[in-house]
Amino acid sequence: MNNPYIVLPVIFQLFIAVLLMFSWNSKNIQKLISVTGSLIALVISILLLVKVNTEGIQIMQAGGWAAPFGITFVADTFSSLLVLLTAIAGLAVSVYSVGSIRNARVKFGYFPIFHLLIMGLSGAFLTGDIFNLYVWFEIIIISSFVLLTIGGEKAQIEGAIKYVTMNLLASVIFLTAIAILYGLTGSLNMADLSLRVAEIENRGLVNVTAVLFLVGFGIKSAVFPLYFWLPASYHTPPPAISAIFGGLLTKVGVYALLRVFTLIFVPDAFLSTVIMVLAIFTILSGGIGALIQNNMRKVISYLIICHIGFMLAGLGVYSSLAIAGAIFYLVHDIVVKTNLFMVSGLIFKFKGTYSMRLLGSFYKEHPKLSLLMAVPLFSLVGIPPLSGFWGKLLILQGAIEQTNILVVVFVILGSFLTLFIIARLWSEVFWKDGPELPEKKHIKYFNALKPLKRRAMIGSILFLSLISLGIGFGAEWVMRLSIKIAENLMDPTQYIQAVLGN
Amino acid sequence: MKTIIFKTASAYLLPLLLLFSIFILLRGHYLPGGGFVGGLMASIAFVIHSFANGIDKTKNIMTFHPGFLMPVGLLLALVSGALPLFFGDTFMTGLWMENAVPVIGKVGSALFFDTGVYLVVIGVTLTIIFTISEGL
Repeated sequence: MNNPYIVLPVIFQLFIAVLLMFSWNSKNIQKLISVTGSLIALVISILLLVKVNTEGIQIMQAGGWAAPFGITFVADTFSSLLVLLTAIAGLAVSVYSVGSIRNARVKFGYFPIFHLLIMGLSGAFLTGDIFNLYVWFEIIIISSFVLLTIGGEKAQIEGAIKYVTMNLLASVIFLTAIAILYGLTGSLNMADLSLRVAEIENRGLVNVTAVLFLVGFGIKSAVFPLYFWLPASYHTPPPAISAIFGGLLTKVGVYALLRVFTLIFVPDAFLSTVIMVLAIFTILSGGIGALIQNNMRKVISYLIICHIGFMLAGLGVYSSLAIAGAIFYLVHDIVVKTNLFMVSGLIFKFKGTYSMRLLGSFYKEHPKLSLLMAVPLFSLVGIPPLSGFWGKLLILQGAIEQTNILVVVFVILGSFLTLFIIARLWSEVFWKDGPELPEKKHIKYFNALKPLKRRAMIGSILFLSLISLGIGFGAEWVMRLSIKIAENLMDPTQYIQAVLGN
Repeated sequence: MKTIIFKTASAYLLPLLLLFSIFILLRGHYLPGGGFVGGLMASIAFVIHSFANGIDKTKNIMTFHPGFLMPVGLLLALVSGALPLFFGDTFMTGLWMENAVPVIGKVGSALFFDTGVYLVVIGVTLTIIFTISEGL
């Protein structure tokens, strides 16, 4: 169904960014605009999801050029659900930034760039054109380069070099793949490509293109073996920026994988084996990497990789149940990973260090806060009925149904690794009696902050923890939604019909 | 590069180049040109002026910081893209005037989008150049 307004989540973010640029010099007005703008964006994306859920897929042909010639925007349940999650994470990080981002960074345009990043993410989720997807990826990485380096600390620049190099390489591979695909089919519209790729007789060439897409998106979503840029860079910027990166940037790669490998390239036996093996190694390398780290933020960075493996395993099994599991896990992971980075930032504000060896006795000093922080930590482990449990359950069910023992074994192993890592983090940071830490001069401690800033930091963590709890206790609703999405992904006729007409 | 010839020439080149950049901007709808090239040309006009007279003089002839052009241009482009939404058309649909304006011809929303690009390019280029030359 044609609906010109589905592009609103994208252009509204641009509008916020423009407003923010007009008030470049006044940091308080910027904070106000950013938070209220994010609230309105949340309302818009809730409305979008409700509309798509009740009335079916909504499409928009940019400039009135009909598909497959123009750029199509498609809001199906999958895209609008992710747009909603982007808005939720965006709101939380925007509020958290009010409390935690230093004024020097605000002066260099932190907030406008942040909203441009959110715009890029929403655009990537909504577009139905493969080249346009590339353009949104570029907007995302350019904004993230700026966010990663803003402030110009030495460690930040070092992390940014690795990040930029790997992501530019991924973009080149992605672009090459698009060029080959265009050469093969003469189309860029994803729905149209779905029909045309199926008709190509030279399957070898199709598989090569598919692998190029896999590598391109794989680098962006930190899949084995090209994941090392992630733990090298995500712990360098301020926690608010790590939060939005850890929550959403890698997930947009997973979204692209799920979309492209269900709609355009339907994996044959070879391709699904490749995806499965990659998933297994991703789970292993992420989990083992997290085991040996001492820096709290690096531990979380490695856990991102580990859990990307779960979602990839869901895609590798390739049944609607397993893909539903991957989608459920994606929903849970965006909320929890964003929250965990914010939690680590808050602990840093109290203690002045990220080193788990030096941290300790947080529970004794701040029992209420520790209980709040336990929610995302235990959700991540997946203690039933918290949110991490249900996604893994669906993936396992799907894998058992397909008698895919390898995936079952490694997903369970990955869960135990996560359990062990979180248990260690809990006992090191919260339970252990920590040594007295020396006061550092260049850090503004939590107690020195204004009350509004304190409330902003804790409030945003509370908000995301409540959402996590909501996903866990309202699992039936989310599960029904993810099964519906997975069925639509496995059978894309509805999507194609909505875009191309008949 | 403070030769008298260059200095004198730059005083005449600045308005000429600005005029030419607007010509390129307007030409761009059907022929090579457009907002991006026009914007680059306009910022080159200011760069030449700053080479000849020093960066402080160039800043003096501008009443505001060029960075201000970025949000103005973005807003113009955004509004001209989003305008069709108010008439029930999709984003970025071209809206056209019924009657032609003398000299320019028919004006459509694409022209305002291009003008937005033109302003953003000037703003970004000059901000970059001014910031770098301040750091030297």
